[in-house]
Amino acid sequence: MFGYYFDLALRSLKRNPVLTALMVLAIGLGIGASMTMVTVLHVMSGDPLPGRSGQLYYPQLDPLPLKYQQSAYGPDPRLNFTWPDAMALVAAHRAERQAAMAGGALLVRPARTGLRPFYVDGRYATADFFAMFGVPFLRGQGWSAAEDDGRARVVVLGDTLSRKLFGTSDSVGRMVRFGDADLRVIGVTADWHPQPMFYADASSKAFGEADQFFLPLATAMDLKFDANSNQSSWASIEGDIMKSPNLTWLQVWVQLKDPAQIAAYRQFLSDYSAQQKALGRFERPPSHARLYGLMDWLGRQNLVSADVRLQLWLALGFLLVCMTNIVALLLAKFLRRSGEVSVRRALGARRRDIFLQFGIESAVIGLAGGVLGLGIAQLGLWSVRHRPDDYAHLAQMDFSMLVGTFVLAVVASVLAGLLPAWRACRVAPALQLKTL
Amino acid sequence: MQWRPILSSLRHHKLTALLLMLQVALTCAIVCNVVFMIVNRVEQVSLPSGVDEAGLSMLVSETIDKHENKRARHAADLAGLSKIPGVTAAVAVDTLPLGRDESSYGTCASAEDMATAIAAHSMMRGGLCVQPAVYGGTPGELGVLGLHLAAGRDFRTDEYVAGADEHVAGADVPVAILSRALAERLYPGKNALGQSIYTGGSKPIRVIGIVDTLLRPQLREAGVNQYAMLFPMLPNDGEVTYLLRSAPQDRERVLRMAAAKLEQLSPERIIPAGGMRTYTQMREAYFQRDTTMIGLLLASGLGLLFVTALGITGLANFWVQQRRRSIGIRRAIGASRGDILRYFQTENFLIVSGGIALGLLLAIMLNLVLMKHYELPRLPLYYLPIGALALWLLGQLAVLGPALRAAAVPPVVATRSV
Repeated sequence: MFGYYFDLALRSLKRNPVLTALMVLAIGLGIGASMTMVTVLHVMSGDPLPGRSGQLYYPQLDPLPLKYQQSAYGPDPRLNFTWPDAMALVAAHRAERQAAMAGGALLVRPARTGLRPFYVDGRYATADFFAMFGVPFLRGQGWSAAEDDGRARVVVLGDTLSRKLFGTSDSVGRMVRFGDADLRVIGVTADWHPQPMFYADASSKAFGEADQFFLPLATAMDLKFDANSNQSSWASIEGDIMKSPNLTWLQVWVQLKDPAQIAAYRQFLSDYSAQQKALGRFERPPSHARLYGLMDWLGRQNLVSADVRLQLWLALGFLLVCMTNIVALLLAKFLRRSGEVSVRRALGARRRDIFLQFGIESAVIGLAGGVLGLGIAQLGLWSVRHRPDDYAHLAQMDFSMLVGTFVLAVVASVLAGLLPAWRACRVAPALQLKTL
Repeated sequence: MQWRPILSSLRHHKLTALLLMLQVALTCAIVCNVVFMIVNRVEQVSLPSGVDEAGLSMLVSETIDKHENKRARHAADLAGLSKIPGVTAAVAVDTLPLGRDESSYGTCASAEDMATAIAAHSMMRGGLCVQPAVYGGTPGELGVLGLHLAAGRDFRTDEYVAGADEHVAGADVPVAILSRALAERLYPGKNALGQSIYTGGSKPIRVIGIVDTLLRPQLREAGVNQYAMLFPMLPNDGEVTYLLRSAPQDRERVLRMAAAKLEQLSPERIIPAGGMRTYTQMREAYFQRDTTMIGLLLASGLGLLFVTALGITGLANFWVQQRRRSIGIRRAIGASRGDILRYFQTENFLIVSGGIALGLLLAIMLNLVLMKHYELPRLPLYYLPIGALALWLLGQLAVLGPALRAAAVPPVVATRSV
């Protein structure tokens, strides 16, 4: 029966090739535009560390004065930590693992001749960084907490930087000149580039360049390396600026295994805030301390720009108009075949047979539209990849999006065919015969 | 025109006609808003910067020698750069209109306003003070940028002070040149020339000049986009932008020669990727997202109109085929070709009008949603009649083919069985 209806559908579609082409084109355009934008959104809101993200949390404290007023243009200072708070959280060891970190761009002076000095992005962090995020090592390993304390002059390189500087991934033991300091390579990581860069400062580019080096935070402080995260202060600063309790610039991530640990950590943050308030440093209530899961945290950053969201709505609006178009055309087409339906009904076809017949005809259009839409979406994604935006390189369809395109196309066209098919199967068997 | 037969015939195709109406309504609503967004973006992209953009090129240079005397370096570089054939003038600046890097100062019109603002812990509260962007550069910046001085004078060389570097805070500048928009905001109804502005420095800053137009490095909302001023402040940072003026056709060559020149003057520097470009390129890069958006909006607006026109034509074709017999009968009993043509045109007009009525309502609702979520301004009402007219026209054009085919149906069809 299915094969027969499929055959009928093809014959019917062939009878009106121009109209069929128009319907396929309309659904193809609508699906293509929508899937382009759905894919962009899908890759932008993806999980940066699948398998690990469920255990990673971002704490937040509120060291701001009561009367502080948030500017409409600047980032919220509470997105980051002050040096004393970050160090206190790391030293407290209340989580499974915890690390404080900040991004920095350093000048590298290659020893190899023929290579000019260049700036490279990297991260200053405390020891747990590698184990907590599961950074894969090719050679050597990260540093220990003891080396953190000792401000060891060591560095971990990304594979790309190691190859650029030494022509090999095996650079452990070699020395690299960062700024004015010589650091010993103790490990080389495989190129590690979570998308988005969830652990970076929330005001920096979320889909920016990968970190190419990692070095102990205390060492970076000792060497007076600049951090490139946003630095917000709300009071005058005395002494060492970066260690001031009135300047936020660090990020802190913690790993928590189960709900009990999460609850305990929340309590710890609250207690810490209460203690700081008692000391007169914090002014706001301890209830302002927060703990966010990784995906929740990313959701709060509005990584998807207003323009991208607008583009998605535009594409979906376009699909809606295309769908209305197809419903009207299918309705006219099916009703025009009332005579044929009448004959089939008079010969014993049930309503559901008629419904199925027209349903299959709509699905065939949808399938063809899906193929066209897939092509158009690839074209759309190709054009997105050529935008100079930081997320552009991510715009690739994965398998789930590929399947999604077809599902959307067929579902859309079957939905579009539903009303026309229903109307067609309600044609009375005899009445139409008379007019023939 | 006979409306009744049209209406009673439409009643037979209620659902189809309604669907077509819905499609026209959705198209009308979306296209009105899309056109409005296009107009907004085009306005944004074509904002005048105040700079004479055609002959400007820029080169960013970043020193890697910590102990270098930056101002001496800049002076030596500038001397070398201005000798390049084709370069008519060169200055060093800290940032540029549409250059993205912005330093801004809380600025008040009087010392009392400043005191109030400080007491309130907010520069913006009560609208007393504003946060204009500040441009610093070596003498001649005004001329190289090509800014138009509406009143007052340029800085004198003895008024220049060194900007801040990583070790020392910059000295207070004695004078400033304001954009007209900033001057009028700070001193409404008064001549700003000779007034003193307060930025929290130890001394007030006297206004000695006003330029017509000057955009900030980073645009905000329309009202404050031109809150900007020039300080006689020499760049003193490791990273500096050299601004070169030349004939527009010389820009590429001048940039190449300038990069080579800088390299020759001191190799202890980095010219970052993208640090070598013309002002036109910088402007295009600044507005790249808007231009992408304009392209997408245009494509989707045209696509919508196209799909709707196709829908109208396809449906009209069906109806013509379906009604061949009755058209033949009407022709046989005396209807002219014109009658048949007008019949289909009127039918289309009715359906499209219904769609437009609903569509205009939807357009306003959609605009309200966009205003809430995307900071879009209110849709001016004159967009509505224009949108309606466009859809009527589109409908008539789309139905013309099928209607002409209907008019061509010969009366003899009436005598044949289908």
